[in-house]
Amino acid sequence: MKPLQRLMCAARRRSPWLFHMNSGSCNGCDIEIVAALSPRYDAEQLGVRLEGSPRHADILCVTGPVTRKAVGAVKTVYDQVLGPKAVIAIGSCPATTNVFIDSRTLDGPLDKHLPVDVFVPGCPPRPDAIIAGVAKAAEILAERGNKSSEPIVTLVAESNEGAQQ
Amino acid sequence: MTLLTALARLLIFPGLLFAVPAAWFFLWVERKSVALMQGRVGPPFMQPFWDFVKLLGKSTPPRTGIAGLIMRAWPLIAVSSAAGAVGLLPVLPASGGFEGDLILLLALLELPSICIIAAGFSSRSIFGEIGSAREAALSVSYNIVFLLAIVSIAASQHTFRLEALAAAPNTPLHWLGVVAILVCLPAKLHINPFSLPNAEQEIYAGPMTEYAGPELAMWELSHGLEWVAGTGLVATLAAPHLGSVWIAALLFIALSIIAVLLLSTLAAATARLAIDSSVRFYWQCTLIFAILAVSSAILVRFRS
Repeated sequence: MKPLQRLMCAARRRSPWLFHMNSGSCNGCDIEIVAALSPRYDAEQLGVRLEGSPRHADILCVTGPVTRKAVGAVKTVYDQVLGPKAVIAIGSCPATTNVFIDSRTLDGPLDKHLPVDVFVPGCPPRPDAIIAGVAKAAEILAERGNKSSEPIVTLVAESNEGAQQ
Repeated sequence: MTLLTALARLLIFPGLLFAVPAAWFFLWVERKSVALMQGRVGPPFMQPFWDFVKLLGKSTPPRTGIAGLIMRAWPLIAVSSAAGAVGLLPVLPASGGFEGDLILLLALLELPSICIIAAGFSSRSIFGEIGSAREAALSVSYNIVFLLAIVSIAASQHTFRLEALAAAPNTPLHWLGVVAILVCLPAKLHINPFSLPNAEQEIYAGPMTEYAGPELAMWELSHGLEWVAGTGLVATLAAPHLGSVWIAALLFIALSIIAVLLLSTLAAATARLAIDSSVRFYWQCTLIFAILAVSSAILVRFRS
């Protein structure tokens, strides 16, 4: 790899900026994303920043089971995030639609509409699992480079240490 | 000032070669100190550099026609004017300068915020327009105080030459002016409690909402350079006059870092004010002191 490419890979791994999108979530996972940035978990150590605009973000964090009303918004926001980009499905809802399965108001799960790279299951997932998912997504971003290839599906299991705290 | 010294100041010290790493360093100091005050660990040392490199490697949305060209131009104008402002600072003793360079410095310091206002409106995003309107309202309020403070310092010394002002004996009036500039800096740098224009999450990203990739990298850099220029202006006005070049440079850096720490403490300790409270703060609370400073400076001048 050329030195410039290596520098770019390192930069992508070290500076994941997130955009948080709620597609009909119960707010449980959204609170956990905010908790991941709080003093106790402090995701900023990894260079994580929660951005206000999807244009600035590298990683799209989607929570919620994707309601029929939210499908258009999810697709629009995904297109507004500029490449190279990754998508994290946070919580069990975007992965499987969870307890809302077979509901007529849903059009989920998320990977029906977007290429999802990392799944962080849990109802809600712990903040440390979310941080692990973001770190994984940042590595995927660095690996993928400028080519937009197939999603590299990863599952972040909840750590036992976190559960015992 | 000969062409050679002008180029050296613009490109080496305190210009681009010093100012760009200093901009990243100051952005890191701000983020890190706010994190420490909130009981967090905070970002790693190289974080602003990595952010900059990563943004350079991202794609930008297609922008067509004259409007797209104008939109791409604003961040470049902002960066070059902020870098020019840093290059004009009279950091080293006997470094040259010309009559009236204070006015040029003020113009260059003001240009980035004008660029932000124009960028928000030219992006045609509703959040950008709200952010720009707020930036314009804020700029009208703090600039009166900022300009009056600088005019009071200049009037008391009867010169518009930066080097003469930096070398001037430190009178109480001089310090009043420095404090007034410090009061205006949070609004100029968009940090709490005056972080209205780019109010995160509230109006998405304000004027920057539609900017991405290398353009956003330029905005981040111009923000960092504004930090260097703003705190550097305070540092050069507050520093005692010294003969040695090295000590003067070190003192400039140390005083700038102290100013950055002061401003980040303020940012960590306060919450965002509403636009009417911010405007009222500058028009009602600080304007009276600025007018007092100017009138006493002119009176002192007439009596001596």
